[in-house]
Amino acid sequence: MSAAILLWAVTISQIFLALAALCCGFRLFRGPRAQDRVLALDALYVCAMLMLLTFGIRTGSTLYFEAALVIALLGFVSTSALAKFLMRGEVIE
Amino acid sequence: MSHAANLPLWAALLVALLLVLGSGLTLLGAIGLVRLDSFYKRVHSPTLGTTWGTGGILLGSMLFFSMIEGRPVLHELLIAVFVTVTTPVTLMLLARAALYRDRMEKNPEVPTFTAVAERSSEVVVKGTKNGEPEKS
Amino acid sequence: MTRVLPYPLLAASLLAMWLLLNGFTPGHLLLGAVIALVASHMMSALQPSKPRLRRWTRIAHLMGIVFVDILRSNIAVARIVLGGKNPQVVSGFVAIPLEMRDPTGLAFLACIITSTPGTAWVEYRSADDLLLIHVLDVVSEDSWSDLIKNRYEALLMEIFE
Repeated sequence: MSAAILLWAVTISQIFLALAALCCGFRLFRGPRAQDRVLALDALYVCAMLMLLTFGIRTGSTLYFEAALVIALLGFVSTSALAKFLMRGEVIE
Repeated sequence: MSHAANLPLWAALLVALLLVLGSGLTLLGAIGLVRLDSFYKRVHSPTLGTTWGTGGILLGSMLFFSMIEGRPVLHELLIAVFVTVTTPVTLMLLARAALYRDRMEKNPEVPTFTAVAERSSEVVVKGTKNGEPEKS
Repeated sequence: MTRVLPYPLLAASLLAMWLLLNGFTPGHLLLGAVIALVASHMMSALQPSKPRLRRWTRIAHLMGIVFVDILRSNIAVARIVLGGKNPQVVSGFVAIPLEMRDPTGLAFLACIITSTPGTAWVEYRSADDLLLIHVLDVVSEDSWSDLIKNRYEALLMEIFE
């Protein structure tokens, strides 16, 4: 019983997260400006991280946690580097 | 999902509720990213996913693994702390970059700082459509 | 005490992070404690300004307020996103004169404002003590500057100044 409930909930939330990633992808390709694309990329990182956590619940393995943590770290670093690039036109100055 | 078979029903329901709530909020934030019509409005929508969206899924995951393994599994707290600390920083940097770029292009919808200072403490730009130049 | 542990909060959170990542065993407790000590000594070489906490007890109060506000504005923003065929909200920039000068307090205020859906910190100039925020739905409050000042700034000033 509880396995069935959880299976359904995980499936629903994975569908939601996939749709969210699609929305972010739309904004990533559509633009119109560079800052919109960077914002969409940041949201896409969050979607990917949450998706990995739901995979962890589906398989019952804590291995996915490390991957989610790495994605969260990379998302922060890349978005701040891109924001700096938008402001100055170069990352290292 | 055979590993979840001996989970008590209340825990399964709670985890299911938290998961659907979290992913639903993330989806709403992403829909906002598509539907809102200017960059400064769109900045607000991913925070739905990073506050309660992430919070719901992390709480669900914490509860699930704590019940499965029979001991408190708290390492999801690290992601929660990390996301709460970093999201405002990235969004602030991005908003400032956008402001800088808009001012460089003399976009009329974006206030200069001196104009704000003169009209202190109240709303500066009202308008439903922030007309953006279409090319990037 | 200050010689051995220059940044007690930093050391404690590093130790907590180590134990959360590796699981609680006596060996990891020892290793994590050593790493936290060494790292907080390295941190003192950078000489960051030390934030002073005046009143610990108010932090829980502030966290409670922020928690409830984020929940409320989540609902409000979700309603805006879903509302109507084309979401036509009146959004705009709001300038707020601030009295707080403490950098830690300002950093906390920035995090609170930005992580609340519906408001975003855009610019702050310390020379004018003026803050510029962007608000998604301007008409939902009478005065945004009163809200920010009474709700968050007063408490943060109590804690940090």
